[in-house]
Amino acid sequence: MRLPKVEKQQSGKMSRRALLLLGGQLGFMSVLGLRMRDLGVKQAEQFRLLAEENRINLQLIPPSRGLIYDRLGSPIAINIPLYRIQIIREQAQNPEQVLRRLSKLIPLSEDTIAQVLETISNRKPWVPVTVTENLEWEHVAVVAANAPSLPGISPIVGAYRKYPQPHAFCHIVGYVGPVSDYDLSRIEDDDPLLRIPRFQIGKNGVEARAEHDLRGKAEIKRIEVNSVGRVMREIDSEAGIAGKNLQLTIDNELQHTTLNRIKDESAAVVVMDVRNGDILTLASAPTYDPNKFVTGISVPDWKALNENKYRPLANKTVSGTYPPGSTYKMVVALAALEAGVIGPKEKVRCSGSVEVSGRKFHCWRRGGHGRVDLVRSLRESCDVYFYDIAQRVGIEKISNMARRLGLGIRHDLPLPAIRRGLAPTKDWKRRVKGKDWFIGDTLNAGIGQGFTLASPMQLAVMSARIASGTAISPRLINTTGDALMPVSGTTPLDVDPEHLALVRLGMYEVVNSGRGTARGSRIAIQGLEMAGKTGTSQVRFITKKERASGVIRNEDLPWERRDHALFVAFAPYDDPKYAISVVVEHGGGGSKAAAPIAHDIMLATLERTKAGYGKLPSQKRRTDDPDEQPSDAPVKAKDRA
Amino acid sequence: MSYYANQHDNLPSGFSKVLAFNWALTLLIIAASSVGFLMLFSVADGDINRWARPQMVRFALGLTMMAVMAFIPISAYRSLSLFTYLFALALLVVVEFFGDIGKGAQRWIDLGFMRLQPSELMKIALVMVLALYYSWLDRNRVSKPQWVLPPLILTLIPMALVLRQPDLGTAMLLFAGATVMMFVAGVSLWYFSTGAVAAASLVYAVFQSKGQSWQLLKDYQYRRIDTFLDPSLDPLGSGYHITQSKIALGSGGISGRGFMQGTQSHLNFLPEKHTDFIFTTLAEEFGFVGGMALLVIYALIVMFCVASALSNSNRFGALLTLGISATFFFYFAVNMSMVMGLAPVVGVPLPLVSYGGSAMLVLMVGFGLVQSAHVHRPR
Repeated sequence: MRLPKVEKQQSGKMSRRALLLLGGQLGFMSVLGLRMRDLGVKQAEQFRLLAEENRINLQLIPPSRGLIYDRLGSPIAINIPLYRIQIIREQAQNPEQVLRRLSKLIPLSEDTIAQVLETISNRKPWVPVTVTENLEWEHVAVVAANAPSLPGISPIVGAYRKYPQPHAFCHIVGYVGPVSDYDLSRIEDDDPLLRIPRFQIGKNGVEARAEHDLRGKAEIKRIEVNSVGRVMREIDSEAGIAGKNLQLTIDNELQHTTLNRIKDESAAVVVMDVRNGDILTLASAPTYDPNKFVTGISVPDWKALNENKYRPLANKTVSGTYPPGSTYKMVVALAALEAGVIGPKEKVRCSGSVEVSGRKFHCWRRGGHGRVDLVRSLRESCDVYFYDIAQRVGIEKISNMARRLGLGIRHDLPLPAIRRGLAPTKDWKRRVKGKDWFIGDTLNAGIGQGFTLASPMQLAVMSARIASGTAISPRLINTTGDALMPVSGTTPLDVDPEHLALVRLGMYEVVNSGRGTARGSRIAIQGLEMAGKTGTSQVRFITKKERASGVIRNEDLPWERRDHALFVAFAPYDDPKYAISVVVEHGGGGSKAAAPIAHDIMLATLERTKAGYGKLPSQKRRTDDPDEQPSDAPVKAKDRA
Repeated sequence: MSYYANQHDNLPSGFSKVLAFNWALTLLIIAASSVGFLMLFSVADGDINRWARPQMVRFALGLTMMAVMAFIPISAYRSLSLFTYLFALALLVVVEFFGDIGKGAQRWIDLGFMRLQPSELMKIALVMVLALYYSWLDRNRVSKPQWVLPPLILTLIPMALVLRQPDLGTAMLLFAGATVMMFVAGVSLWYFSTGAVAAASLVYAVFQSKGQSWQLLKDYQYRRIDTFLDPSLDPLGSGYHITQSKIALGSGGISGRGFMQGTQSHLNFLPEKHTDFIFTTLAEEFGFVGGMALLVIYALIVMFCVASALSNSNRFGALLTLGISATFFFYFAVNMSMVMGLAPVVGVPLPLVSYGGSAMLVLMVGFGLVQSAHVHRPR
């Protein structure tokens, strides 16, 4: 290519254009400068805030859940360390090789390895992936000892809930389980802990009702992260608060004794300290193993529990309501005495039945009791006497008395599905049944049948109130953390003490008189005598025809149609300390099925008096013991002595 | 020939050429690159070996190359211009068939020791061939249609190849460089206004073609334009770059967070923090003051180049100097506009500062030409 001679003269046009170009360039640079000023100076504050948000993340460290102890410090719900092994890809470098080595140390199937490798490849390299869970400590120790040859592998200790007394406390303490969407929709709780996957919250029992105290507060770490979430450093942290430990009023040993005594019956037993309301035993049988629920119960297990006709999942002490039967007679007697419709010694003639407005109401004893007064009618459980006085006093006053004695009202306990029972009124029947109250309804109520319903808990409270003469309320939690839970209802009951004494005497006769209905369950120890009342509540209607041909014996009926057996009692008679209620579902007669159980358990309770309970809770704090950590288990050998 | 020319034009010869260097420009180039080293050191969290050291090695190489090139008479480059252009064109064709795929675009030829980006080389080659053309062409014919056509063809062929890669940013830079060359060469302003109207129609066509069978741009390019127009459309997707970069820029304030203290780039919120988005780190750590300082260095580089061209009566040398300074200008203007949210995200590095071999070497070659033109300019 032939090139022309090099130009030597600069043209004016080119200089002009060059300067024009430079002007344009400088102009654009000014725009850049202005934009820079705009972003960096004028809007700096806004962008600085955005930058902070960009890099700070919150990390939650779950607090350790509060432990639950019985009244003497036996552990009921504890957290046990759960070891799992996790792997971090970027540290492992060759995850497959590391996992193979690991499989020689701990049981690890080929499937697991394949699965973990797949998971790893889908995650960011620094995200820990769980290799295996629920490991024994020995395995973890082996892994830890071989750590140098296992890069990227780290044993992690978590905690999961364990119930060392699996069956005895299932209905009281309940269980925990992972937060579900249902839980989130149901509870108004903005605790960020709930958003942690598989975070465990109380699902049932005290675990659920005392969730707020047990859970504690998460430790919150503010960490600096980069754009993909990798933790760069910790900025600061807000200390967490461990959940509060709970101490129940339940006596673990007595609870076990009770359940062992109930054996295979479908039954409920409540033992209560009449002086401070402490629930010493709250037994509902059959039971289940709450540990199964913690990790997620299998479908067959769940079906077996749910379809069992003895309803093991229900806490019958508060969720089961039964016609109280003859155990209601104390209520009727007190109402009648208060209303003055019958004198303490006034007698009523029992001929075996009474006819009211064309209907015949039978006494359990076909031949009748003859002339009976209050004490005798209680002792021998004469129905006609109570038909009579119930008719005289009227349903409103009976139900009023029932509520004062703790029936038909809700007792505030940290348990789910507490039922109110029912102390019926005319107004209630009109409202709910849409029918008028008949006199026959009053008669039925007089012997605790008909509409009347009470839970074993309420019956225990009734016995305790009659025994103590105070409006005592049940108490299930003794301490929450360091705080002592208050005792409520130590004020005198709004019932004439003389009337109470009379009823107590009747109850004494029931057990201790040779003609009492529960004479077989007498505690024959001086100073520990028990006073009680049997009850047998029908769950079926006995027809005239059946009555004529002889009532079918319970043993001959299918289980579901047998009578419920009830017994309420307190002891010692002279100085009441404990009240008890026993309900054996479809157990037959109260004197045969329920009273003997009550006898054994009451005796066991009385024997355990030495174990340090029965005092008012304010006297039994142990935090003054210098080497005792207030939040730790207050269990000590000397306490058990 | 050069000897006589030197004698005639009173040009420096031998070692005295060193004294004739454009020293101010050299120092400014070193200053800009040093800013780059500092920032590369910072974004690597104080790890000098990661980016800063290789960059320094490359820069030293580039600086040496520039000095060597400055000794060679400008007429030699003029003779080489057409060859260089054809060579670059050939490389672009090779890339089309043998190039490594990176980020969805075919841009590199792997030479083993470095990855050559022919499109970068083409930026200089195009400027050279156009400077050759206009220094050859009679100035009175410059605006004649038949003489306007050849430079357009010279530009459109490499542009088409680069667009095929596809690399919209480089194609536009090539076009802008060529436009500047034609502008300073004195092509009638009528052509430019006509061209502007045509470009506007093309933009209209580009938007009209979206979603049609004859769609002119790639989907991701449309997305970039869309999110450029409204970054909040997709704050975690395509708009992420722009939003994050603005946050980093703005959070620096007037004086910045301090060296190595920038959170956005250190925590990787910024994409391509060591390459295209390195300016955000500078602005975050040294604030408005730091950003302006770099901008001033760039402005001075451009001004010294223009000053050199104005004092150069050699038309080829002057045109070359203006073309290269314009290319340099477009680099940082587009890059800064992009990080400040004034332009869509296109892959254009910040000249002399961003980490990268090709761009750095090509720029230093360009400055070598500018130095040669300066040293050998007829006074």
